[in-house]
Amino acid sequence: MGAARTLAEKVWDQHVVRRGEGQEPDLLYIDLHLVHEVTSPQAFDGLRLAGRGVRRPDLTLATEDHNVPTTDVELPIADPVSRTQVETLRKNCAEFGVPLYPMNHAEQGIVHVVGPQLGLTQPGTTVVCGDSHTSTHGAFGALAFGIGTSEVEHVLATQTLPLRRFRTMAVNVNSADGRLRPGVSSKDVVLAMIAQIGTGGGQGYVIEYRGNVIDNLSMEARMTICNMSIEAGARAGMIAPDETTFAYLKGRDRAPSGAAWDEAVAAWLELRTDPDAAFDAEVDIDGDTLTPFVTWGTNPGQGLPLGDRVPDPATIYDEHERVSAEKALAYMGLEPGTPLRDVRVDTVFVGSCTNGRIEDLRAAAGVLAGRKVADASACWSCRGRCGCGSRPRRRASTRCSARPAPSGAPRAARCAWA
Amino acid sequence: MEPFVTHTGIGVPLRRANVDTDQIIPAVYLKRVTRTGFEDGLFHAWRQQPDFILNIEPFARGTVLVAGPDFGTGSSREHAVWALMDYGFRVVIASRFGDIFRGNSAKAGLVAAQVAQPDVELLWKLLENEPGTEVTVDLTEKTVHARDLTVRFDIDDYTRWRLLEGLDDIGLTLRHADGITAFEAGRPKRLPTTSPA
Repeated sequence: MGAARTLAEKVWDQHVVRRGEGQEPDLLYIDLHLVHEVTSPQAFDGLRLAGRGVRRPDLTLATEDHNVPTTDVELPIADPVSRTQVETLRKNCAEFGVPLYPMNHAEQGIVHVVGPQLGLTQPGTTVVCGDSHTSTHGAFGALAFGIGTSEVEHVLATQTLPLRRFRTMAVNVNSADGRLRPGVSSKDVVLAMIAQIGTGGGQGYVIEYRGNVIDNLSMEARMTICNMSIEAGARAGMIAPDETTFAYLKGRDRAPSGAAWDEAVAAWLELRTDPDAAFDAEVDIDGDTLTPFVTWGTNPGQGLPLGDRVPDPATIYDEHERVSAEKALAYMGLEPGTPLRDVRVDTVFVGSCTNGRIEDLRAAAGVLAGRKVADASACWSCRGRCGCGSRPRRRASTRCSARPAPSGAPRAARCAWA
Repeated sequence: MEPFVTHTGIGVPLRRANVDTDQIIPAVYLKRVTRTGFEDGLFHAWRQQPDFILNIEPFARGTVLVAGPDFGTGSSREHAVWALMDYGFRVVIASRFGDIFRGNSAKAGLVAAQVAQPDVELLWKLLENEPGTEVTVDLTEKTVHARDLTVRFDIDDYTRWRLLEGLDDIGLTLRHADGITAFEAGRPKRLPTTSPA
């Protein structure tokens, strides 16, 4: 011990089963493996072919996720490929003894919403899933990253992964009072970062988000930031656990309780980056000048502040970026120079793993209250987790799909609600 | 994974450069849920043409593919390796490979043998002049024999060792199973499990 370490390095060190020699990677233990129907079928088939089993079904959780329709959840899935994947997951989970939350189960939902809401995602743990946005769980101070299908098979069989150490990057977000300006959200922070470092700027790094703006963010906002680390090419995003983290976790179904809770909090506090630890790279973001960001193109690096204009590809120096911008504008049907505020909104979608949390629904309801969706626009809203009888249904009039229609601001505003 | 020491089979000359993984197996086949049975998707577009090499006997029974430079570039899909192996190929010979394809090959037990381009040309001529010629690939010696031609191939020592031992990634890790068990014994009891309550 002795040398100052970052949060990511501490979590890594606590999970090394075996240090690699020479060019060999380290062997890292995985605390939580989330599984869904798209990236797991061939992993289970691989186990079957090799006569292997799942080493730790009790550290593995499957949920039907990507292929779950937004509407008509009670009907058979129309798309045959999607239906086959869901049916295959059910069969595999039964055969290998993996716990599964199927559609319409109280806890079913987007994998990256289920883990936090159950309290399974805890500070200092390692979390993997066959989905790039696994970085979401880093908001709790977990080292969480997406893996491919052969790695899914590897974790199922061994509960470990051979990995080379990541580099570390600090993204410091500070403002005079630690707050963001009205209308500026966590997503604007991460879009500003991507615009600054590029969609490949995070490659090979685990990003740690720090600074007084981050300290004041809710867990939902932190999850959004960590989720979108992937859009900067990073392997993972992390935020050190603090009182906000502990308050979110306390009392959750799978969080520790009693003496174990106190022991856990003491251990979690030790995870914070040491004051004199060095990062391989540092990026500063000025929280005082941030404004809402919109993307005008087809990748998250193609974002600008709302007050800006649609860019002219001719002014982009890099050839790859210029061609990409030309294609994006043609696809979007946008003219260079158009003020971004003047671009008509065709569809509003409130949902997905970065935008389907209770906080997002409340923000949407705040905008919708007393208004109606314009005739030329479509508005869709769907929640990230079913959670029958839990917070979304009680507090924002969402529902499980089989329940009666909701009331309240979204419905009154003619918003389709799934 | 079966250990690979030597293999002898019919050589197939594929005179094409930059064969990418979408040409090896198109994206439409990626929707399947199994790990095997991809042989029908291999080189799908080209196999619609009657004069494509794999539609001609005895090449249709080939197990050693001799391809042009930059074989297996493009998308990272592991299905490209599975499709080649499901068809029956055990070895691909080329002067350059896509990095990810080469890595995926090692994991699945397909030998990606790197041979200098002039030697690839010699192999192509031999296989075209005498269809059905058997090629022997010796991983211990790192050589390719066909008739009286012998050429050397490159493969990194680590990949060669794991192919000789028949160790896939999981097999490699399971050599440290005792270490995993010891680590598990030391994990704090407070850590959560997913078991139904």
